[in-house]
Amino acid sequence: MKSFLTLLVRNRLALAGGIVLLLVVLLAILTPVLPLADPDVTNTSNRFQPIFSEGALLGTDHLGRDLLSRLMWGTRLSLAVGVAAAIVAATIGAGIGIVAGYYGGRIDNIIMRGVDMLMAFPYILLALAIVAALGPGLFNALIAVSAVNVPFFARNIRGITVGLAHKEFVDAARLAGLSNTRIILSEILPNVIPVIVIAMSTTIGWMILETAGLSFLGLGSQPPQADLGSMLGEARSALITNPHTSIVPGVMILIIVMSINLLGDGVRDALDPRLKSGALSRPMAATRVERAEQPPASEGQGLLEVKALETQFHIKDRIYRAVGGVDLSVEKGECLGIIGESGSGKSVTALSIMGLVASPPGVITGGAAYYEGVDLIGAPYKRLRDMRGRNVSYIFQDPLATLHPLYRVGDQLIEAIRAHRPIGREEGRAKAIELLNAVRIPNAEKRISDYPHEMSGGMRQRVGIAMALANDPDIIIADEPTTALDVTVQAQVLTILDDLRRSRGLAIVFITHDFGVVAQLCDRVAVMYAGRVVETGRTSDILDAPRHPYTARLMACVPELGGGKRRLEAIPGLPPVVDKLPVGCAFADRCDRAQDACRNGDIALAQTGHHAVRCLYPVAQEEIA
Amino acid sequence: MTGYILKRLLSAIPVLFGITVIVFLIMALIPGDPATAILGSYATPENVEKLNRDLGLDKPLVQQYFIWLSNMVQGDFGTSFALNRPVIDEVLERFNGTLVLAGTAFVLCSVFGVVAGVISAANQYGLADKAITFVVLLGISIPSFFLGMMMILFFAVNLRWFPVSGMWPIYGDRTLPVLLTHLAMPAFALAVVATGVVARLSRSAMLEVLRQDFIRTARAKGVHERGVIWRHALKAAMVSIIPVLGIQAGFVLSGAVYIEIVFQWPGVGRMLVDAILKRDILLVQGGVVFVAACYVLFNIMVDVAQSLLDPRIKT
Repeated sequence: MKSFLTLLVRNRLALAGGIVLLLVVLLAILTPVLPLADPDVTNTSNRFQPIFSEGALLGTDHLGRDLLSRLMWGTRLSLAVGVAAAIVAATIGAGIGIVAGYYGGRIDNIIMRGVDMLMAFPYILLALAIVAALGPGLFNALIAVSAVNVPFFARNIRGITVGLAHKEFVDAARLAGLSNTRIILSEILPNVIPVIVIAMSTTIGWMILETAGLSFLGLGSQPPQADLGSMLGEARSALITNPHTSIVPGVMILIIVMSINLLGDGVRDALDPRLKSGALSRPMAATRVERAEQPPASEGQGLLEVKALETQFHIKDRIYRAVGGVDLSVEKGECLGIIGESGSGKSVTALSIMGLVASPPGVITGGAAYYEGVDLIGAPYKRLRDMRGRNVSYIFQDPLATLHPLYRVGDQLIEAIRAHRPIGREEGRAKAIELLNAVRIPNAEKRISDYPHEMSGGMRQRVGIAMALANDPDIIIADEPTTALDVTVQAQVLTILDDLRRSRGLAIVFITHDFGVVAQLCDRVAVMYAGRVVETGRTSDILDAPRHPYTARLMACVPELGGGKRRLEAIPGLPPVVDKLPVGCAFADRCDRAQDACRNGDIALAQTGHHAVRCLYPVAQEEIA
Repeated sequence: MTGYILKRLLSAIPVLFGITVIVFLIMALIPGDPATAILGSYATPENVEKLNRDLGLDKPLVQQYFIWLSNMVQGDFGTSFALNRPVIDEVLERFNGTLVLAGTAFVLCSVFGVVAGVISAANQYGLADKAITFVVLLGISIPSFFLGMMMILFFAVNLRWFPVSGMWPIYGDRTLPVLLTHLAMPAFALAVVATGVVARLSRSAMLEVLRQDFIRTARAKGVHERGVIWRHALKAAMVSIIPVLGIQAGFVLSGAVYIEIVFQWPGVGRMLVDAILKRDILLVQGGVVFVAACYVLFNIMVDVAQSLLDPRIKT
């Protein structure tokens, strides 16, 4: 509750709205004791006095009545009617919703059909029909406005109640033999009241507007009694000659409704957990780059060379070091594997290269990614966009989520080509079919007009690969492309990738958590842990003789087909949270070889030949055998 | 597709039926004798009795309903007592005016609302986003009738850009440009609130979509940011925007009543208010049923549009 209030206060607009509303409400409450003229005393010799005239601060209306006084009394009436309508609508609506949601079945069905019928009416039309039947009058307008809003509450509350009705604590109450009425009152109601209050705070502005509207039409409050709407309605005939009589009540309605809306938005935002976590912020076209230091120069190794890359996530006051200084390189025609557990920073590393890390919250804080010697980190968006898909392309993990659900796969392929060179419809179609054939999708001519949801997982991932190939890139970065697929399909997809590499001279960066896949495909492998490379070398070297304890443990997790009764060993503990990385080796807490020295200061990647390891006490060759 | 449209049309029948029941029940709420209510308290007893017989009001409620319904199905909505002409003629004539007004406002709110929402989302927390958010807040807080009055004061009286009121000039040609000058202010005033609602929703729908994986895919392909926002993201966001457009259609259709009064626009809304004040019950009944039925049909079109956009909907 306290954090909710501080959040609300931090939202300056909501605070302003709250203060204005509070003032208006206070004035409305105090109206009877304020030294105001009688709002209903007419004085025709004193008609249409302008604003700031003597004895009438806001002037007088067409019957010579004091406008300030009428405004205050009108505000009081409008607020009262609006709040009353909201309470009536919320109570009846919530009652209906709770009964429908709690009992379910036929009762629910019948009630909700009725609610749907009411919602089939254009909103204000129903209110008009009700007023037509009951006759004009403020009380009847109140009934009409409440009735029109009942379905909104009924639907909302029913949804919440359905969820609650199957919760354990409700079942427990039922087993304890409580009556349905008792359960609704003691278990359901307390849980839905907050929702009712929020729904009310967002609709009360509407209700005030609607009652004012009915009064404006002459169907609400009847003279001499006046709410803000009927004041405006009466003033309308003198709009052109004496506009201030219209402006005064109109501006008041605007002030009231706007302050309610401001406050309501603030309340909603303060309660929305997604806003708090920043999960609703839009990722920009390219990851933000904030490098404090000049990045290390290229050593001219390979086609793509990542140097000391650092990527962080800034969420509120926390900094998560997802990638903490990674060096990688890949040659033309080579396949580099990056392996590690979930959260080890392998995907973030790969996405950082082309600036595809969602930002906010992602920030690249250091390092470089050289493509043919030119740094991509911090490159202008135009260059980055031009290279995406043309020089470096990506294949992502879950093709159902990564393909656009509403475009045909053929169109998505053609678009990938069109992003980099203009081609005609026919040529695009032919090229799309050619690409689908290249990834061995049978019946490609027909398949190009499929939507992603009409394909199987394996077929979709082939489309993903075809899309990556569309512009003959030099490098494909494949981010766990086979994780969502079953084993046989996985093997097929790997074969396709391997063939393409050999036939087109592609460089592949293959991200996975599966050593089996690495063994099958990769020339070299880099093992990542807690955002850093802990071991790197030729695949065969590392598979035969892993030197970092983490690599060794990771390999021990892989079951071996026909490998006999070797024990599968899970690694004890969890990877460290990357916003509080320990000093020294991040794996020390899970490592049975760890000594005090491991926790003292940074450990460098020690190179011996092609093999490098970041460990003070690496596993010796003889220990493996 | 035809099958889907047919299915949706069939499913509208119970809804239409429900609408007539609700309207009938509301009218049955009228205290006292409906014939007296219709004819006024000075009517002679003979006239009241005759009208009761003509309307079938001496029969039980259920029977009354079916008489009323079967007449309506045959296009007979009864006769307006205040206007002394068939209800259906009056409603159809007036509905034209409302359709022009509400239709224009609907197009305005759809286009401007969606565009504002997309720009707002694409520049989240930026200057454009803040400006749009503020204008939208102002728009959904101002009563349309007050806005209309202020527009008359400023644009018609002071600046003399537009005529003060009406759909056509009393004298002169009825051409499209003339209609447009008369239509501009009322359509705008009517569209403002709905535009605000659509803009708000479009913004949040876009923000949802922009975090999806397929947006990252589009960027990874090298699609220009404009294409990412206006093609990829907007198309996906439309799936949740279209239903809201359907709701807003009902809003402008019925909210037109205020604008018709302020701008003296010949439409169904103004007709209904007059009829309510004159206790012309049959005209109210007929008008409400007719407009509600049109809205139901419009919502079917919305569903069809939705199924055209989203192939995952089973047609």
